[in-house]
Amino acid sequence: MKTGDMGVKTTTLEKALEWGRSNSLWPLTMGLACCAIEMMATQAADVDVARFGSEIFRNSPRQSDLMIVAGTTTKRMAPRLKRIYEEMPYPKYVIAMGVCVIQGGPYVDGYSVVLGVDKVVPVDVYVPGCPPSPQALTYGLITLQKKIRNETDR
Amino acid sequence: MSHWIELNIGPVHPATHGIYRFRVKLNEETVEDVDITIGYLHRNAEKICELNYFVNNTIYFDRMDYIDAMNMEVGYLRAVETLIDMEVPERAQWIRMIMAELSRIAARMVGIGALGLDVGMLTPFFHTFHEREKIQKIFVEASGGRQEVNYMSIGGVYQDFNDKIIEEIKEFIAGFKGKLEEMVKMFTDSEIFWQRNVGTGVLEPDIALDYGVTGPMLRASGIPYDVRKDSPYLFYDKVNFDVPIARTKDNMGRFLVKVEELRQSVRIIEQCLAKLPEGPYFNPKAKKSAMLLLKGQGDVFTRVESESGEFGVFIRGDGGVKPYRVHARSPSFKNLAVVPIMTKGSLIADLIITIASVDAVAGEVDR
Repeated sequence: MKTGDMGVKTTTLEKALEWGRSNSLWPLTMGLACCAIEMMATQAADVDVARFGSEIFRNSPRQSDLMIVAGTTTKRMAPRLKRIYEEMPYPKYVIAMGVCVIQGGPYVDGYSVVLGVDKVVPVDVYVPGCPPSPQALTYGLITLQKKIRNETDR
Repeated sequence: MSHWIELNIGPVHPATHGIYRFRVKLNEETVEDVDITIGYLHRNAEKICELNYFVNNTIYFDRMDYIDAMNMEVGYLRAVETLIDMEVPERAQWIRMIMAELSRIAARMVGIGALGLDVGMLTPFFHTFHEREKIQKIFVEASGGRQEVNYMSIGGVYQDFNDKIIEEIKEFIAGFKGKLEEMVKMFTDSEIFWQRNVGTGVLEPDIALDYGVTGPMLRASGIPYDVRKDSPYLFYDKVNFDVPIARTKDNMGRFLVKVEELRQSVRIIEQCLAKLPEGPYFNPKAKKSAMLLLKGQGDVFTRVESESGEFGVFIRGDGGVKPYRVHARSPSFKNLAVVPIMTKGSLIADLIITIASVDAVAGEVDR
């Protein structure tokens, strides 16, 4: 961005769009298991995720652009998860919350758990933990915002 | 003239509190039949338990009723310790009781907050989660975990209470008493809350007994059954507390029973803190090097009172270091089964409140 002489900033349209998108993410409540409670805690008063422009948790995929997959995805749930992801409008992003969603976690020996939700939907940010603390999820969200704005982590 | 609709709620829906699918047969707005589909969160915890040593299975029980992890651990360890004949030191048992009651309060905070959300009250949710956050700070201090704590282990607990933890619990209890009354007032002062809850989701006591319903749902139907009172474990026979019941059998009665149980939990914690003795917090027979060699033979079934009801654990040992079979009797599964009977003939809006009032946890239903 360049600052002009008269207090006017010039930028590309793309950059302005990215800035807008990153600061108004509307997450979809894809609460599947234990991590959903920590996702609710992230939304609650102590760790207020609204400070980063994501206070409106939507229950409809049509109104949201970020899917936080919180909790173990089973083989039975995977087709439904994919369908809900496909119902979301573009541009859309996915945060994988918890080790179950990343690679199976404690249920890696089982027969009914999808070992990594990235086999079903493309994932942008992985937040490890079992379950991750609200602070970790908030950090994941900030990382996603940086990713949308094409910034590096430095 | 009647309009028949088949309405599908779930699996991912804010009103289902977990991932279930409700297929509701509607006649205009009246519920004719509810068909519940479960199994979307089947994580085969019971099968995985057979692959692990006895001591390593605690984490799978943490994640069954994931909002009430401490009581799940008490349930599993009670069965294992009976199977392998392990004494638990007195101090460890009192510590377990304090943690179990704190966990019960934390679980209720989620349940009541979510009930408020379903009635359309957003404010209590923030207050209940603020209190839950305080309990989780105590858990972090003791175990390192916020929600799935993995605090207890065979023969005792992972870490002794230090003065800071006891101070924190005392501080929390002192603040929580007033805060609870304030939160309950938010609900009971609301006319809408009364109108949506009184007279809806009526559960007759004989049906409740037929279906094996336990916990606050059974007590709200007028039957004073509590495992802590009827078959005491830990030191529940050495503390004074009452078992509340409600005669109204409806959603409001269930809410009031849950609230009264919170007051009783506070009472139990206060008595436990006064009686907490000095001594070891861990049985030296179960120290880390010997933990993996513990062997058990025979069948054991024990039960505890978790936040949603009677949680039973069955373990069969074949003389080896791993269990032959582990089975959990989950209260939420039984409680959820009566929803079609409770809501038959009621309005669709009452179904939503009834599901929230049953407060079933998906991780425990599907295991």
